[in-house]
Amino acid sequence: MLGEGIIKGMAETARNFLGSYVSDERLTTVQYPEERIPQTENARQFPFLVHDGEDWHKGLRCVACQICEKECPPKCIYIEKSKDKKPDYVGKPQFYPAVFDIDLAVCMSCQICVEVCPFDAIKMNIEYELSTADRFGGLLVNKQQLARPNAYFHKIHPTEAAEVDARLAAEKAKANAKAKAAAAAATKTAAAPPATEAATK
Amino acid sequence: MSHSTTLTPTLEQRGFAAAPNYELLPKRGSSGDGELLEVSMGPHHPSTHGVFRMDVVLDGERVVKLKPVFGYLHRNHEKIAENTTYLASMPYTDRLDYFCSLTNNWAYALAVEKLVGLQVPERAEYIRVITAELTRLQNHACLIGFLLQDMGASGTPLMYAFREREKILDLFESLTGARMMCNYMRFGGCRCDLPPGWLAQTQQVVNETPRFLDEFERLLCENEILMARTQRVGALSRELAINTGITGPMLRAAGVNYDLRKVDHYGIYDRFEFKVPLGDHGDTYDRYMIRVLEMRESVKILRQALAAIPDGPIIDPKAKLRGFRPKAGEAYGRIEAPKGELGFYLISDGSPNPYRYRVRPPSFINLTVLEDLCLGHLIGDAVIILGSVDIVLGEVDR
Repeated sequence: MLGEGIIKGMAETARNFLGSYVSDERLTTVQYPEERIPQTENARQFPFLVHDGEDWHKGLRCVACQICEKECPPKCIYIEKSKDKKPDYVGKPQFYPAVFDIDLAVCMSCQICVEVCPFDAIKMNIEYELSTADRFGGLLVNKQQLARPNAYFHKIHPTEAAEVDARLAAEKAKANAKAKAAAAAATKTAAAPPATEAATK
Repeated sequence: MSHSTTLTPTLEQRGFAAAPNYELLPKRGSSGDGELLEVSMGPHHPSTHGVFRMDVVLDGERVVKLKPVFGYLHRNHEKIAENTTYLASMPYTDRLDYFCSLTNNWAYALAVEKLVGLQVPERAEYIRVITAELTRLQNHACLIGFLLQDMGASGTPLMYAFREREKILDLFESLTGARMMCNYMRFGGCRCDLPPGWLAQTQQVVNETPRFLDEFERLLCENEILMARTQRVGALSRELAINTGITGPMLRAAGVNYDLRKVDHYGIYDRFEFKVPLGDHGDTYDRYMIRVLEMRESVKILRQALAAIPDGPIIDPKAKLRGFRPKAGEAYGRIEAPKGELGFYLISDGSPNPYRYRVRPPSFINLTVLEDLCLGHLIGDAVIILGSVDIVLGEVDR
């Protein structure tokens, strides 16, 4: 019969329409500004800089190695290396970024900077309502605005943060052990210089 | 196999009885009813897909000439890739065919893996197959929705497709962190392991999909209006399809059995049992139906892959992110993307940037026959034919 297919199709829409009164799973729309879906742990929107401790400037993990600047696909990161050094988490003097800007308008949330960072200094934030009325200053985010404490990192990406902390703690322990061994060796050599001299000969 | 010598056969050769006899019509420019009309459709016409323009010459309502005009979305993808590192091109590939970022990632990763000789671990191969088939599912569902939208069924089929797509995008989000711009695959594997519970969630979505497909088929496949508008409209012959390098569902709708998953066995596709649906007439209805059938086959592959996914590493230990410098050489990696053969051709000169980076985009090449498909049809059918070609302008213009 001509029109049978149309009637079948209409029956399907009718079933969906009536079904929406019965089962909630047919109501799929999320009423966005009032209602929000919680974000997943992997969510990524815009990078932030992790700092340890209270003082954001002192605790910034970034050592201004500029790898992220080079690898960033749209080249939205701008870094200037400092002239002086400050101690990092293992106490080793390191450079720090004198300027660290990210252009919010250019960033495409790809997470490449996070992956290439050898110091776990840059991570992805999950804040997503980032629009601003100021299209010049407001879109260039500087290092103070980017800095977030490690506790915040733990809050938004708990699994990843735990892994990072464990890795950093292991590195620190290793560095401490190495420093201790070096110090012990130094005292030893200081104590018995002729023996080492003989050994080297 | 015989190839016809001409790439653009006449209407008679292609068996269209409906071709008007232009000899009888008054010449263009003369006053009278037979004057030809030039229409510029697009680039912002709502029924053209994205910023695409068609310069159409009409005789009444029949298309006499059609010239696709594109480039409005050109963003220099290939040159940008030649000026950045290999890794930095990966997120740009998401933006080629923005419906199917994961298959784009895979094709590019495959090309680089061939170039460097990386071994992808078992688990990563399974993850790639699962994500690629999910991508195919949502791409085909959306395509059918858009095709029906072009036909005037504004809303219902598209919304049903989007409802289904939403579930798949949620899976992508929890896996990769982004819904569309996934940037998930890496050279030699994948970026991160599956989050806990992801496989169970995927299994649930895959189990629900046949119900959606049944619903979709009841809604559309027997619809008389859809049949009347699509059958015998925009038929593509086997010869023309082969001669012009058409790939993907469009080629298979014309009856050519060519699916890279079967031909190339890239990844681990030789382990799965699935059929390659083929069309008889190559018309718009066949192109529509092929997609419906392919979704069913994708569900089959997904079921097998989800049952067999092993544990293990997800990336080749030799793969490195920083300081990636392949040896000099060239490689071409290709996969069966939802729209056709997607290939990446790379030449390396040993530096961190590729010397040459070329994308073989399926929808761009499938678009080359648009004029042949549309000639002699009504202008309203030209819109449907364009819809059934399945183009995404991000990929056409690059």
